[in-house]
Amino acid sequence: MSDVDPHPFVDPEAPLSPEADRPTSGLPAGLAGAEQASFVAQRPLRADVWRRFCKNRLALAGLVFIVALLLVAIFAPWIAPYDYDERTPGAFREGPSSEHWFGTDIIGLDVFSRVVYGARISLKVGIVATLMAVVIGLILGAIAGFAGGKTDNLIMRFTDIFLAIPYIILAIAVATIFGQSVNSVILVLGLTGWLGICRIVRASFLSLARMEYVDAARALGFSRTRIIFRHMLPNALQPVIVYSTIAIGSVILAEAALSFLGVGPVPPTPAWGLMVSEAKSTLAVAPHMLFFPGMAIFLTVLAFVFVGDGLRDALDPKLK
Amino acid sequence: MLSYTIRRLFLVIPTVFFALSFLFLLFFALPGDPANLIAGGGNRNPDPGVIERVQERYGLDDPLIVQFKDYWARTVRWDLGESFGDRRSVNEIFGEKAVNSLRLAFWAILLEIVVGIPIGVLSAIRRYSLADKLTTIGTAALSAIPVFVLGFVLQYIFAVYPNKQGWPDWTKLRTQGLGPDTWAFFVIPTGEQWRYLILPAVTLACVSTALAARMTRGSMLEVIRADYMRTARAKGLGERQVIYGHGLRNAMLPVITLIGLDFGTVIGAAVLTETVYSWPGLGSEIANSIQSRDLPVLLGLTLAVTVAFCLVNLLVDLSYAWFDPRIRLGEDVAA
Amino acid sequence: MTGATGDTLLSVRGLKAHFDTPDGVVKPIDGISFDIHRGEVFAVVGESGSGKSVTALAIMGLLPTLEIDGGEILWHGEDILQADEQRRRSIRGGEIAMIFQDPLSALNPVHKVGRQIAEMATIHQDIPKRLALERAVEMLDLVGIPEARKRADMYPHEFSGGMRQRAMIAMAITNKPDLLIADEPTTALDVTVQAQVLQVLTDIKDEIDSAIMLITHDLGVVAGLADNVMVMYAGRQAELGTTDEIFYESRHPYTLGLLASMPRLDDTGDEPLLPISGSPPSLINRPSGCAFHPRCRFAEIPGACDRVVPEPRSVRGTHLAACHRSEHLEGVTVEELRAKADEVELLAEDLGTEERAANLEMDGV
Repeated sequence: MSDVDPHPFVDPEAPLSPEADRPTSGLPAGLAGAEQASFVAQRPLRADVWRRFCKNRLALAGLVFIVALLLVAIFAPWIAPYDYDERTPGAFREGPSSEHWFGTDIIGLDVFSRVVYGARISLKVGIVATLMAVVIGLILGAIAGFAGGKTDNLIMRFTDIFLAIPYIILAIAVATIFGQSVNSVILVLGLTGWLGICRIVRASFLSLARMEYVDAARALGFSRTRIIFRHMLPNALQPVIVYSTIAIGSVILAEAALSFLGVGPVPPTPAWGLMVSEAKSTLAVAPHMLFFPGMAIFLTVLAFVFVGDGLRDALDPKLK
Repeated sequence: MLSYTIRRLFLVIPTVFFALSFLFLLFFALPGDPANLIAGGGNRNPDPGVIERVQERYGLDDPLIVQFKDYWARTVRWDLGESFGDRRSVNEIFGEKAVNSLRLAFWAILLEIVVGIPIGVLSAIRRYSLADKLTTIGTAALSAIPVFVLGFVLQYIFAVYPNKQGWPDWTKLRTQGLGPDTWAFFVIPTGEQWRYLILPAVTLACVSTALAARMTRGSMLEVIRADYMRTARAKGLGERQVIYGHGLRNAMLPVITLIGLDFGTVIGAAVLTETVYSWPGLGSEIANSIQSRDLPVLLGLTLAVTVAFCLVNLLVDLSYAWFDPRIRLGEDVAA
Repeated sequence: MTGATGDTLLSVRGLKAHFDTPDGVVKPIDGISFDIHRGEVFAVVGESGSGKSVTALAIMGLLPTLEIDGGEILWHGEDILQADEQRRRSIRGGEIAMIFQDPLSALNPVHKVGRQIAEMATIHQDIPKRLALERAVEMLDLVGIPEARKRADMYPHEFSGGMRQRAMIAMAITNKPDLLIADEPTTALDVTVQAQVLQVLTDIKDEIDSAIMLITHDLGVVAGLADNVMVMYAGRQAELGTTDEIFYESRHPYTLGLLASMPRLDDTGDEPLLPISGSPPSLINRPSGCAFHPRCRFAEIPGACDRVVPEPRSVRGTHLAACHRSEHLEGVTVEELRAKADEVELLAEDLGTEERAANLEMDGV
């Protein structure tokens, strides 16, 4: 996972070759495949997944944090003592105090309240943009994987174009065009973040489409749509879910970076990245302006990473 | 290998063509009047007279096809246009700044390889140990910190705070810009230069090092479980020899790809890092051109960076192919 | 036992071992004993999960997480379970060599074949690299690979499946080991190639005067090659004897079941195939008593079969069977079982047991 790059389609933890997909059920690799097969459990049930997930303390902590953040975002007006653009006259760049828990910024805005409202922006961008990317990626990946051949080639060439342009450049370019607002950031990230998902779904569909049970289904007269939706999609869904969760974190990082660079929403929008950029000139005097929004970004992204990792391990612990 | 190379070369050319055309579309053809943008930007309302002049100056009122042709005519000549601000040639700007970015990138990637890969290998070998768990959490944390936040934090710790406390000069690191221009062998900082280099380089390195460590760990873990490792043990080799003699080479293959992919990340992180440290490289130049809405510079630099990126990817692909004999020699099975 | 013309090379006595896994304690080996002599081909037969591979890997010492609970493995009289890692390493590849199932994944894809074979030599013999590469070419030639010198300079993926397996054999015999363990050497190969590779194995065995421990689930392979056979089930020995004894005078229901479930070339086409009902037991939770009793058509339940673990007992000389009912099985042949497929209930009644599973009749197979 990287900074401004929500398509780390090289997932560091994912198997790099088909061989690694062979479950080992905790037994040493010394045993031949046939022997291993007899020890393998079936596909995990929902309860099992949940149980395994909970055993992972980091993942659980991440989940708790995200839920808390969601609540904070939803109930922001009740939680934040001030409005995000409400100035306290005379209180410029003050450190944390009892009136201003996180201190104030250059023009007297309460940092705590802004961080709280900022949660809305980050979560909104994260979730909506990722959703967009997932939908696009799913559709394109499914078509490419299922149809194969020329269609696949075409779609892959198309993604290559996006890949050829370094991600940040692409985001900046698109953002510059779309103007500065939260919604354009969402658009930008949604329209550029589908590459990783597309690749995963395509790989999944490519291998599944060749499997015998698809032929069997066809022989039984199932329509192609049905095959895609009922049979192939659920299989592809598993890695997509894991990837998307981590991707939300990546998107939030990207949004922060774009805001920091000045391509995102304009002041006084309380975007966390924007708040950090405002701290640049007064680092010596007002480090709290950097610290709190920075911490907020960090913890949020970390939470999504842990949850994503935890999901992956819970869904298929054999691969650990 | 030769046929593979030729095939890849043929693939690159259309890809670059489409990518650059796509950039053109973005900047000049999509909604969002570029002249307006150059003249002042979407949220400020520039004087229509200014807009007109801009249009004339840049031929933006010509039909799209003409613009497109012009664009390509200039591009193949490698004429990246002129800055709107000070009429300087973008080529010149590129030349000036690219050097600095390269220096920074060199050290960052060096750090990434020298630190990241061994950490990944070691944590894979000593799986489940304390060191491994720490590494896993550490790398996860490192990849969750925004680069610019990390940059500021480091700045604070190593420069701002010592300043405030009045520590002697020799303990402080520099955080703004480039020092006096002394470089040996193009990349080695001399004199006080290293003080200026070290923080930006470390900051830039952090993100990619974390990724490299995780990637190497994953690759190594997979390799350790491979059948040929078992065979190597069955030959009577000691574990150390098995891992380094047989495993490492195989584990490194996907890591090569990573370094290539990583270049895109490095570019992104570079833009942010250079901004934070005011390091006069391509990254901060791009960031500045965003602020000043200097579209020609932005487009020109974007173009240049994209082409460089494609070339690097091509190189990485080819070296992967060379290192993996299965690809180098083709998959033909001799009878 | 026939075929055991030489001295005893390997002697496994009462071997028991377990793994600790997150799902529980797995016991892949629960009391195995057998001997292998010079010049002998000793086959270990069983389904997946019977513990046959684990046994081989335990001998080689390639399972660091396997905990030995008891028994000994005597190699030339030395208990190698007590030996230090250095000694075991010198045995590995030097005195006992192993061939694995899938040669494509078992050979390192980024090293040339010649180099991988030469490595075998440099580890165990103190010879310079150049000489080792010469040896490698010799070995490739010995296993019948044409243009050995050229081949040594190639990578594994450039070989065909059969040639790859031969290369593995070449690698294994580099140090003239006394024992060759072959773990499913032909399973990954085409049928036509299988015969060739097996031939190479036997020729080599004679050439270097070693023994072979052949692990397989394919009874056909066993019939052609083996001198002695050990049938394993759920980590325990079911039966041990010469090939003839196992095939024609079997005294264990599992062995009989295996034999009866194999289609034969001389079948006319409407003999039923007799599958063994049920599936292999979990090695974490074995059935009480005899591990096979839930699937056994001769089991006496309730009785010894579901309460007492049967120990291998001599049914004739060195022919051992671990079954409480082995006396009753004297004279029962596979033909009989298959002929009386519909009357299996009668047969069972004969022996005083309750009805067992149904059969699957396949016409024209």
